[in-house]
Amino acid sequence: MSTPRERLAAVGNQIPPLIALIVLWMLLWGEFSWLNLLVGLSVGLIVTVAFYLVPVQLSGRLHPWHTLVFFVRLLRDIVRASVDVAWLAVKPGLTTSNAILAIELRTRSDLILTWTAVATSIVPGSIVVDIDRESSTLFLHVLNMHSARDIERFRRQVLDTERRIVRGFGSREDVERMRGVRPENRLSARRAARADRPLKKGLS
Amino acid sequence: MSVLTHDIVTAVLVLAGAAMCLAAGVGLIRFPDVLSRLHAATKPQIFGLMAVTADVAINNLSVGTVTLVVAIVVFQALTAPMAAHLVGRAAYDTEHLHPELLIVDELRDRRAPD
Repeated sequence: MSTPRERLAAVGNQIPPLIALIVLWMLLWGEFSWLNLLVGLSVGLIVTVAFYLVPVQLSGRLHPWHTLVFFVRLLRDIVRASVDVAWLAVKPGLTTSNAILAIELRTRSDLILTWTAVATSIVPGSIVVDIDRESSTLFLHVLNMHSARDIERFRRQVLDTERRIVRGFGSREDVERMRGVRPENRLSARRAARADRPLKKGLS
Repeated sequence: MSVLTHDIVTAVLVLAGAAMCLAAGVGLIRFPDVLSRLHAATKPQIFGLMAVTADVAINNLSVGTVTLVVAIVVFQALTAPMAAHLVGRAAYDTEHLHPELLIVDELRDRRAPD
């Protein structure tokens, strides 16, 4: 069984989602009051216990400035890409040319993988079709890709998004992996090797 | 804010929102396959929604409205990609796509090694 310390850590991991639920409750009511806080806390507790989710491994690191940079860039990307897709939809002489790309991320954290998937997919022009968790690979359907250069640019964009997220609230290991200081730890290297095997067979 | 600037801001935001929704509708009809249509159906309207709700928040500036607007946008931003992903994956798995429209398909390469 788990030691008391592990159990404490598991409870501690539940607290940020609980706080998020309380904040959401107050957002929906649109005001702060102690009664709201209390009801929010009890509803949050019921939801966390009744709809138990697999605990998310939080990184325990938050850099406010880089997080802000990430959100501002995300907003800018959404606005710009919305206009692009809207123009594509109405411009005369439509030629569709799309691509499904496999983009291998550098992170090994489920949280960062999820954030990157959601962030790339709310920017118009890309949809997540599938995810391979073992190798942190996103399969994205991308609109309006005409050449190898477009594809490379898009790939770089996704990796940049990942880097901004990791800088904002990724774990220390992920930050070092981004910088290339720490190559890969042994576990993830083994995992990557396992995930690569079928691909290599495919290429030969 | 003077009445004129207020009106201009409102006009710009609401028209931008409406234009995005219109483009989404047009894209839904003009794009040729499920996956491209998904782009039109789910994406530009996030920006449209942001513009319209931002205008609502500007016109009734209070803590309650702003927090509600934040909640609406966050939930839309979290749920639209999920819906798009599920429909997209279903479409891909049931082969409702036009391979001739894809210049690369790295998912097919990965799934079928032989």
